[in-house]
Amino acid sequence: MSAAPSGITLATLTKDVRLEWRSKDAINSMLFFALLVVVVFSFSFDPVAEESRQIAGGLVWVAFLFAAVVALNQTWARELRNQVLDAYRVSPAPANSLFLAKAMGNFLFVGVLEALMTPLFVVFYKLRVLGPAWQLLPVAILGTWAIVVNGTFFAAMSLRTRSREIMLPLLLFPITIPALLSMVEATTTILVGDPSTSAKFWIVLLATYDVVFTTGCLALFETVLHAE
Amino acid sequence: MKKAFPILGLLTAGLLSYALYEGLVVAPKEQTMGEVQRIFYYHVPSAWTAFLLFFINFLASVQYLVRRDPKTDKIANWVVITIGVLTCVAPYAIPSLVPAGARASSIATTGVALVGLYFLIKKFFSEQETDMLALTTAEVGVVFCTVVLVTGPLWARPVWGIWWTWDVRLTSTLVLWLIYVSYLVLRRFSSSGQTPVLAAALAVFGALDVPLVYFSIWFFRTQHPQPVIGGGGSIDPRMLHVLLINWLAFLCFAFLVCWSRYRLERMKREVEETQALEALLEPRSALR
Repeated sequence: MSAAPSGITLATLTKDVRLEWRSKDAINSMLFFALLVVVVFSFSFDPVAEESRQIAGGLVWVAFLFAAVVALNQTWARELRNQVLDAYRVSPAPANSLFLAKAMGNFLFVGVLEALMTPLFVVFYKLRVLGPAWQLLPVAILGTWAIVVNGTFFAAMSLRTRSREIMLPLLLFPITIPALLSMVEATTTILVGDPSTSAKFWIVLLATYDVVFTTGCLALFETVLHAE
Repeated sequence: MKKAFPILGLLTAGLLSYALYEGLVVAPKEQTMGEVQRIFYYHVPSAWTAFLLFFINFLASVQYLVRRDPKTDKIANWVVITIGVLTCVAPYAIPSLVPAGARASSIATTGVALVGLYFLIKKFFSEQETDMLALTTAEVGVVFCTVVLVTGPLWARPVWGIWWTWDVRLTSTLVLWLIYVSYLVLRRFSSSGQTPVLAAALAVFGALDVPLVYFSIWFFRTQHPQPVIGGGGSIDPRMLHVLLINWLAFLCFAFLVCWSRYRLERMKREVEETQALEALLEPRSALR
């Protein structure tokens, strides 16, 4: 049950990053998907600067959530080829090292996606931050981890189901609602910059969500991996 | 045991009709809302029943997970007892911990109920049976939760003038419903051998999610009338009487449906086991 990042975590993470660096499967599909979401949304809303500030928080995070699902679906499917996952299951390596490596890898991929997509959002929706902009950084980090840690866990769960591609969002979205609400509200609060409200509550809630579900995932992942 | 089921069925039918009569005829008319308030006797007992069933589902799922290993089982016992003792002692010892609007006694009662239910389930259900219990309570709970979500808007339309609003109670009930529907979808879609473990893990995640959902939406907005029982509001004692009778009737009904569903599930598994065994013993007859 050891949760400390070990050599196995690092090795798996390096392997995943190298695979991604060479194939660019996840990043490309995520990027294109998020781009499509942005374009379709901007057709359906066509907002002026003031309105777009109100809705941008929601749009950004919904786009990132949908795009993340694309990457999350691929994360374990890759290990099914050549029975890699079965080999991992019979090896004495701790299951949580594998989980942490996968979660960190996904965090990295979704983080790169966010870094590339944010400028595009700013341009398309004519955004200008009126509140304390530095607060967007903790929101982004905590929010991405919230999506990714549960997503990695549920992707491992939906691996054993029929029509697994559709199972992941069905499991992930209901559980993620409080995190998504926090991200959206925090981002909107910061963008609008109303001095009477603060994003602090939402950031604390997001941090609580992260702590609770990271603990939950680490406690249950071994059981789920070995479920037969 | 064979006779207990129809007897309980008859009793429940009688109780339900009596509760309906009490709710529609005996209970006094509400001053401002009028007759439409009577849906309250349907709405609130369904909600309480649904929450109770989801709570049992959570306890059964936890037990299914921890009882696989005797060591974690023992740890879980002590954790449950500690939580029970803490909820009984802490609200009285440190009154500032009790949230506004709640009473120390209701928190203590919840703690006692938690410990009692946990060990009752443990005593009467084997490891495999806790999974069946979890499945049954989730299914029936979703039905009752649907009743809550349907009767709520029916009441809200004439009283608030709107069908739906994104208020904390409405939204968290909806999210709860969504979580348990996804639980049932997972059970339906996963292959049989792993379903119990995956479902139990998801149930634990859902239970972890509930307080977070509640807090996030509570901070978001609130419109639902404050709870009249246990909260700050007041209720006519005659209405409370009718409400409690209705809850009793709904609990009996839920128990009846759960029981019948449970028996069905057990029979289904027995049939599956027998068929698997027969196929093993007589490979040729299975092919035929």
